[in-house]
Amino acid sequence: MSFLIDSSIMITSQILFFGFGWLFFMRQLFKDYEVRQYVVQVIFSVTFAFSCTMFELIIFEILKVLNSSSRYFHWKMNLCVILLILVFMVPFYIGYFIVSNIRLLHKQRLLFSCLLWLTFMYFFWKLGDPFPILSPKHGILSIEQLISRVGVIGVTLMALLSGFGAVNCPYTYMSYFLRNVTDADILALERRLLQTMDMIISKKKRMAMTRRTMFQKGEVHNKPSGFWGMIKSVTTSIPGSENLTLIQQEVDALEELSRQLFLETADLYATKERIDYSKTFKGKYFNFLGYFFSIYCLWKIFMATINIVFDRVGKTDPVTRGIEITVNYLGIQFDFFYAISSSKSSNVIVLLLAQIMGMYFVSSVLLIRMSMPLEYRTIITEVLGELQFNFYHRWFDVIFLVSALSSILFLYLAHKQAPEKHMAP
Amino acid sequence: MKLKVLPSILSSGWSTTPEQALTPGCSKMASLDRVKVLVLGDSGVGKSSLVHLLCQNQVLGNPSWTVGCSVDVRVHDYKEGTPEEKTYYIELWDVGGSVGSASSVKSTRAVFYNSVNGIILVHDLTNKKSSQNLYRWSLEALNRDLVPTGVLVTNGDYDREQFADNQIPLLVIGTKLDQIHETKRHEVLTRTAFLAEDFNAEEINLDCTNLRCLAAGSSNAVKLSRFFDKVIEKRYFLREGNQIPGFPDRKRFGGGTLKSLHYD
Repeated sequence: MSFLIDSSIMITSQILFFGFGWLFFMRQLFKDYEVRQYVVQVIFSVTFAFSCTMFELIIFEILKVLNSSSRYFHWKMNLCVILLILVFMVPFYIGYFIVSNIRLLHKQRLLFSCLLWLTFMYFFWKLGDPFPILSPKHGILSIEQLISRVGVIGVTLMALLSGFGAVNCPYTYMSYFLRNVTDADILALERRLLQTMDMIISKKKRMAMTRRTMFQKGEVHNKPSGFWGMIKSVTTSIPGSENLTLIQQEVDALEELSRQLFLETADLYATKERIDYSKTFKGKYFNFLGYFFSIYCLWKIFMATINIVFDRVGKTDPVTRGIEITVNYLGIQFDFFYAISSSKSSNVIVLLLAQIMGMYFVSSVLLIRMSMPLEYRTIITEVLGELQFNFYHRWFDVIFLVSALSSILFLYLAHKQAPEKHMAP
Repeated sequence: MKLKVLPSILSSGWSTTPEQALTPGCSKMASLDRVKVLVLGDSGVGKSSLVHLLCQNQVLGNPSWTVGCSVDVRVHDYKEGTPEEKTYYIELWDVGGSVGSASSVKSTRAVFYNSVNGIILVHDLTNKKSSQNLYRWSLEALNRDLVPTGVLVTNGDYDREQFADNQIPLLVIGTKLDQIHETKRHEVLTRTAFLAEDFNAEEINLDCTNLRCLAAGSSNAVKLSRFFDKVIEKRYFLREGNQIPGFPDRKRFGGGTLKSLHYD
């Protein structure tokens, strides 16, 4: 009886999470696009729902809500479903959507996406070998095997993003790093951009006129298509078309230049906006926070180094550290996704997001275990079996450190390069 | 009279006045006049393919994401077939991006919207959102950008007001016609007819991978020709022979000048 009540509570909360994920999807992620494939939306919301349910179960565990046996049952079920989604469904659909974007393979979509999925599974399995994750007592397709691998990937991802976020946050918020941009700079760059566009236009005019005269004279210039066309065009060539290819090369170079100038101008505008923003109250507040965070991040990096050097497993939980930093920057990561998404790849992007999110949550559960007092660990240990948890902590520290240091290097280089680029006349 | 272009253009190399066609035999020496037409629309609707089709009469083999703005030129015969026939260059400025871009990108894009003579609005027939976004695109280009809200109200009065005093000719083009199933075609075409009416513009629906859609003599080609003629008319023949002040805020490479409007 109580089992039924508990189950119904769990199911209602799952439906709530599902609805929330759906709304989030529609409002935030796909604001500007139209969803053509409902499959993607459903998968995303389901992943979200089950990930949230896992955390809910942990909280219930601590608060001792619900019957302990029903909790155990739901844990197992939840874990099974999430693993099913993360290892089987989402990768398959990612492969399917990638393949449907490529025009050539359109006909045999299913075949190629199966192939892709098999390759993914192969690498996924190979991933487990070099890591001392679990004792060889267990069978092949047991939960422990799958979880250990998902856990490794998830922890790596989390550590990478935390490391980057830890460094990027002070860099973004602190106005010390803002280059000084004046209106004159922007105007000069815009003028250069328009000049380049004019040069491109004049060359294109010549090409268009040439093509027109050639067409009127009866020499139709066919673009070499296919393999044999290209071989033929090596031997025979029309003088008009030779000139065209020459001009075309110049145009290509100019177009590349115009793209660079456009991106630089956009960058300058963005910097100017940040400067203006930093002069407002909100900006000053975030600036102060930035200083705070930078000290905090430095301390965390320091602690990670100490842990590795002195070979001890951190008493403080990496998951709090990870969650703090990364949850704040989920916003920045979504911006990144907006920037690289277009209507073709939006499905793939969302599925990737769902995959990352699912793996995130699973590894959070793994890491959380360390920070929980002994009496609450039992259920996780029972469900997850004999995974070597210490390994995960060490792994997190290493990856976090590597990621933080490489982002420092990367940002330093990017920062140094930028003022030199736009000082040039 | 038609212009004659000799191969001297080709051998002149990197010349500073590439528009001039110097032909010893021909009595006319002129640089062709130009008009600037923007091509706007969401990313992925097929603007680059469309521009390539219009300018080079070929299907674009490998469309890639447009960063910034890409330009192409079409040679157009104004009033073709009549005694007043004249050739013009039509510059098609294909501006990439989306309506939801960061404001820094929008400010950068705004530099391309100066001195525009015509706007082609491109939307994807399979994607309703891209049609709705055309309102925001046109407002952005016409410099009357309102604060973007999540939901765009599109009742008739709102739109007519915004575009009532608009002088710049508009053309609405719907792409990917081949991907609309036969049964849905009528419904989609009715919707786009309403859209074009809102903009007080003509509309063309085509498939950018099919050369026959713009074959000479087809209704699409006629509409296109009429649109370009209208753009040229508004630009050069607006006030009965008065010269329209040209582009004061742009430094033109090559020193193009406005020629007198009448030819002898």
